[in-house]
Amino acid sequence: MNTLFEKIGGEAAVNAAVDIFYRKVLADDSISHFFETTDMAAQHAKQKSFLTMAFGGPNNYTGADMRKAHAPLVAKGLNENHFNAVAGHLQATLEELNVPENLIDEVMAIAGSTKDDVLGK
Amino acid sequence: MAVITYGEHLLQSEAGESVLDTLLRNNIDAPYSCKAGVCQTCIMQCVSGQLPETAQQELKPNLREQGYFLSCQCFTDSDLQIRLPESEQLFVTAKLIEKQRLSPTVYRLHLQTATPLFYHAGQFINVKRNDGLIRSYSLASLPSEDNSLELHVKRMDNGAMSHWMTEDFQIGENIEIDGPIGNCFYASTSHDQPMLLVGSGTGLAPLIGILRDALHNNHSGPVYLYHVSFKEDELYLDKEIKALIENTPNVHYKPIITQHMTEDYVVSGRAGETALVEHPKLNGWKIFICGAPAMVKFMQQRAYLAGASMNDIYSDPFETRELRKEPR
Repeated sequence: MNTLFEKIGGEAAVNAAVDIFYRKVLADDSISHFFETTDMAAQHAKQKSFLTMAFGGPNNYTGADMRKAHAPLVAKGLNENHFNAVAGHLQATLEELNVPENLIDEVMAIAGSTKDDVLGK
Repeated sequence: MAVITYGEHLLQSEAGESVLDTLLRNNIDAPYSCKAGVCQTCIMQCVSGQLPETAQQELKPNLREQGYFLSCQCFTDSDLQIRLPESEQLFVTAKLIEKQRLSPTVYRLHLQTATPLFYHAGQFINVKRNDGLIRSYSLASLPSEDNSLELHVKRMDNGAMSHWMTEDFQIGENIEIDGPIGNCFYASTSHDQPMLLVGSGTGLAPLIGILRDALHNNHSGPVYLYHVSFKEDELYLDKEIKALIENTPNVHYKPIITQHMTEDYVVSGRAGETALVEHPKLNGWKIFICGAPAMVKFMQQRAYLAGASMNDIYSDPFETRELRKEPR
């Protein structure tokens, strides 16, 4: 048990977290419009890959991908407040699942590291 | 950018364009309907070239191996040589054995295939007319109890296929069918799970199949079926459903009439909201939503926010070309 992903519980942890996390995001009127699409299942799957990455799991994300994927949202006004709101929901999700504090800190550090790319800075 | 070879045509694809759109832009009359990777009407076969994974992910492994792909989901930079599927590989012949009018606009059709089709009630099939026109219809029948395939066909004002199916298609005549397709069906592994079924119009067809499957499996959890309909005379299975569930106190049926609702309310999909008012907490429920795309989308999201897990929400949006206000 070495990596963050293993310590946090691997794919099972992602599966447990994604429903709670995405529900919080959709229920938050200040950010939900960035997440509403015609294909809810696809959007849910995207959140799952995001959590896998934030949990230190296997992923193919690059900074350039992040930039490209979020560019249309930045054009619609995505800003730091929105980013912080999503991060807050991620933290609340982990707390709800009783993830130990030191692991939450690690996850939040990974999520925070994507900020410039997500916001296109 | 890629070169798509189709018959004698060499077509240059544009950036961000699906193979289907390349064909349509060049005035090639390729079959399609939903353009969302659901209905599989636009299925084609790749003879040479490298297909992207997304173009095949919804298909069964045996179709993937033979190079079948969904042209509306195929975005690629590699050159492809493609063709329409050979009919005998995908389609089987089915004969119309019964047709019955259930409401002013809805008809029930029974089709029979020479070899029984292996399917789950609630899945759908693609029906192909002689001239190549293809449309999707859900299966209301139960393979364990019925020896024919039951479809509910609503005659649409400008629906070429539905007009033909309800008026011109005669008993004893044949049609080609492909399928079954889709994952909107009852799983007999969770007998006591509460279930919420919401359908608008002929979105009732897959739900009746699912309900009958649940009854067949002695489902013990509570089941709530809501049928959203414009007018009372379009509650086309009202009596049948009441008779079907008469002796099963755990199953409940509730019609929702939209006639007196504002158009915005109906168009936005909120007509199904009654179901959610009565069931505000859906943690642990299994949800099936079928019919008008706006209603499906709205209910999907609301059911999820009410606590249902994404894996427990099944939907079947009726994405037809006739129903769309704007082409895509």
